Amino acid sequence: MVDHTVTAFDDDLSELRGLIAQMGGLAERAIVEAMEALKRHDLEAAEAIIAGDKQIDALEMQVERLAVQLIALRAPLANDLREVVAALKIAGVIERVGDYAKNIARRIAAIEDHGDIEPLSVLPAMAVLASTMVHDVLDAYAARDPEAAIRVVESDRAVDDFYNSLFRVLVTYMMENPASIGQVAHLLFIAKNLERVGDHATNIAEMVYYAATGIHMGERERGASLSA
Amino acid sequence: MIKMKPDTPILAKISARNVNVFYGDKQAINDVSIDVWVDQVTALIGPSGCGKSTFLRTLNRMNDTIPIARTDGDIRLDGEDIYAPAMDVVQLRARVGMVFQKPNPFPKSIYENVAYGPRIHGLASSRQQLDTVVEQSLRRAGLWDEVKDRLSESGTALSGGQQQRLCIARAIAVDPEVILMDEPCSALDPIATAKIEELIQALKGRYAIVIVTHNMQQAARVSQRTAFFHLGSLVEYGATSDIFTNPRQERTKDYITGRYG
Repeated sequence: MVDHTVTAFDDDLSELRGLIAQMGGLAERAIVEAMEALKRHDLEAAEAIIAGDKQIDALEMQVERLAVQLIALRAPLANDLREVVAALKIAGVIERVGDYAKNIARRIAAIEDHGDIEPLSVLPAMAVLASTMVHDVLDAYAARDPEAAIRVVESDRAVDDFYNSLFRVLVTYMMENPASIGQVAHLLFIAKNLERVGDHATNIAEMVYYAATGIHMGERERGASLSA
Repeated sequence: MIKMKPDTPILAKISARNVNVFYGDKQAINDVSIDVWVDQVTALIGPSGCGKSTFLRTLNRMNDTIPIARTDGDIRLDGEDIYAPAMDVVQLRARVGMVFQKPNPFPKSIYENVAYGPRIHGLASSRQQLDTVVEQSLRRAGLWDEVKDRLSESGTALSGGQQQRLCIARAIAVDPEVILMDEPCSALDPIATAKIEELIQALKGRYAIVIVTHNMQQAARVSQRTAFFHLGSLVEYGATSDIFTNPRQERTKDYITGRYG
């Protein structure tokens, strides 16, 4: 893309994009680490993830401040305007992804003896898928690539499928082992959190698409999950 | 080539087709076709020398006053060819009024500035009627309350913003159908500019308004349709909200986002 005549405008936009990339990286890592901590039942790591969320929140505020300043001082138009508005919204969504990671970390202490809960082995795979969506959508954002954004949206179906099958398995498990209901309910919430992460990555993909093309991606057919 | 999208059902007030303007050998306007409507403000934007002012001036034949200027193409006002030999140019300029970059009131009283046009065009048959036209025009121009007690003072004694509104009142006084504005706010401070912009909104619907502006934010604020000119050609013409959020042409995008060479 051709540079602005006022080069400070480009510097501001790069800074904004840098902040989004940084936020996204932290949120993506928090999801992966929360899952690792769950597997190892590592309460210390869980605490670190909970504390680390503050950094994501602080970055969101920084994005908000810079975006408002950019709108006030540079009066961006057309693709520039779409990009600034998208950054503002994307920062809000990434903050939510960070909250889901934090929520997963908080539940780790409540899930003590999970060695024999078989469905747990599926959760990490689902987490990898969800965090990969976050990773890929940030790449699409960095490259202003609408095609890559569409691919992210399409991959959400796999996360939804994971959730739907986990839901059935975990409910069955609870019926068979009433004593485990407390712990398994936490696992169910974790699965739900991961499913929401996929949805948020999808939202970001739609914003990336709009910012890049000026066209709304359109109402995507969401996998109707009646069990949710 | 720009495709016209007649997205409003009403007939265009001015319909320009394949307009070319030459200054001597130099072509200043290249095959421009545009419609403007009564209920919409049309903004012409583009870098200096792109031809937007030249094009504006073809709409009431102001270029006729430049000896080396030659205009061809078809420009119709309510379907009537304004370059037809039978067209009375003085009459045309009453129907298609103009407001210039620098306010240019006559060195006469405020009252006379506004009364001049209706008087020479015979639009008032009595002093009382003329008073009514003057008051109504000053009211529509949003100036009445500021000048009603000093109508006999010189128009040039007013502030820049007031002078510009006086010029708008003067244009309105002859009951035009179209008002052309050539950077009407470039010599005004932000408050005076805001008043003119507010006035443009109030006048919309009564008159077709075409405004040339260098201020992109102004075009975005006051107009419903925007035309982007570059190197004498019309690059893109469409709804202002589309042009400023999602321009179709790369050249438009580069210009409005400040990437133009």
